[in-house]
Amino acid sequence: MGQTMINISEVIETNKMIDQENLDVRTITLGISLLDCIDADLETLKKNIYEKITVTARDLVSTGKAIEAQYGIPIVNKRISVTPIALVGGAACHTPDDYVEIAKVLDRAAKEVGVNFLGGFSALVSKGITKSDELLMRAIPCALSETERVCSSVNVGSTKTGIDMDAVRLMGEIIRETAELTKEQDSLGCAKLVVFCNAPDDNPFMAGAFHGVTEGDAVINVGVSGPGVVKTALEQVRGESFEVLCETIKKTAFKVTRVGQLVAQEASRRLGIPFGIIDLSLAPTPAVGDSVADILHEIGVEYAGAPGTTAALALLNDQVKKGGVMASSYVGGLSGAFIPVSEDQGMIDAVQAGALCLEKLEAMTCVCSVGLDMIAIPGDTKATTISGIIADEMAIGMVNQKTTAVRLIPVIGKGVGETVEFGGLLGYAPIMPVSRFSCDDFVNRAGRIPAPIHSFKN
Amino acid sequence: MQNRFIITVVGHDTVGIIAKVCTYLAEHKVNILNISQTIVDGYFNMMMIVDAAGAGDVTEMSGDLGALGQEIGVVIRCQHEDIFNMMHRI
Repeated sequence: MGQTMINISEVIETNKMIDQENLDVRTITLGISLLDCIDADLETLKKNIYEKITVTARDLVSTGKAIEAQYGIPIVNKRISVTPIALVGGAACHTPDDYVEIAKVLDRAAKEVGVNFLGGFSALVSKGITKSDELLMRAIPCALSETERVCSSVNVGSTKTGIDMDAVRLMGEIIRETAELTKEQDSLGCAKLVVFCNAPDDNPFMAGAFHGVTEGDAVINVGVSGPGVVKTALEQVRGESFEVLCETIKKTAFKVTRVGQLVAQEASRRLGIPFGIIDLSLAPTPAVGDSVADILHEIGVEYAGAPGTTAALALLNDQVKKGGVMASSYVGGLSGAFIPVSEDQGMIDAVQAGALCLEKLEAMTCVCSVGLDMIAIPGDTKATTISGIIADEMAIGMVNQKTTAVRLIPVIGKGVGETVEFGGLLGYAPIMPVSRFSCDDFVNRAGRIPAPIHSFKN
Repeated sequence: MQNRFIITVVGHDTVGIIAKVCTYLAEHKVNILNISQTIVDGYFNMMMIVDAAGAGDVTEMSGDLGALGQEIGVVIRCQHEDIFNMMHRI
């Protein structure tokens, strides 16, 4: 080898990141195309889907575990994304119930291969809704209440197409129905449902992952993480200039991403499936010390949501990308800082302290990688209000040429001041107040919002 | 693929730690290329760079060494060197 041997301080640094700062690879996600499963007969389609997934992903979980052992790095999740099901089921599905049948097959396949989530019960309706799309969207509440591991997403807008407001209106109703059907579990179904603008084809993170039609037959995408590592690095540079702050984030992001690149290459080699992209994301978990809000605090705001938070998040997001891009041969997915509420202890604390409201979160989504994520709202929130919140978030994505998403949980039977417990990686959340003013007349207009002028680049 | 692994031992210093680890490695035909050690925050830290080309299943070796560490009361892990090369070398 042409390079100098690794020394003990480098080994100690890496292992300290893993042991004390929650460094891990958040997910290896295997994208699988289901386009070759299409059949006009529902039973044949179901059989094809089950076989394609269980054969392609047969060794995914065991390979992930072997890589964990080889490098001594935890790989928290092994997951699957599939072709948006509305594109696969069109010929065979004639009712929403037919689509629910497919969701159950996906759930069975996920359990068979041992992955904890499977994404792609999805429809892409940024400009218009086909009959098949509509049947799938209407199947979402039942599909999510009758399955355990299936995740669903609907792309309702893009910079190139504008926003499909008919889809936005429908999704407000679908989210409410999903909440109702899963009210025994604090409306958990909504935690598995994302509404997107500019959804990427190669996102490895749930609940919004699907395997886009621009992708090959199968692909390995890896999501890295590491908020704890960034926070610990920043503790060493308190009071220093922005230049020092930014350099520290960049260097740390580089190191974290290199581990993801290594794991992605090794998974690709072992499984014989091409490597797609690394998603450079700071993805928090409810574990203490694994929080994006704590990084914002370390940068200098008392709580996430205090004045300065949006600027701090913008800086963080940008430096993570700048450090990560050189560490990986291909970067994609969502790539940036995630700001879910229920999955981040620092964000929960900020809400409980009264520092963070829905409107401030909306401002933060202008500069982060995703959107209004894992936010519990009162169970009596109207469908049109949910649609209005979605429309606002989609507009931010459309105009800023970035991905935005909405994952709201109207918790049936609960109101502001109460908390809701989802468990595991999904965490818990205080229920946040929503504006009580109406947007009914806006949401009830039919049609779509045209694409913005700066999308015409030809 | 290179078969170089990094074995680290972290814990309170006691008699015979290096001897026990080296005995295991010799029995499993693992060649030691380099040993270094230091004290961090009062803890004994030892690192070995080894060539495991002669060893069979590395996952098994990893597990054995982990168990050996528990016996002695230290943490022993065995990681392929690429994780450190990737992170600390461009």
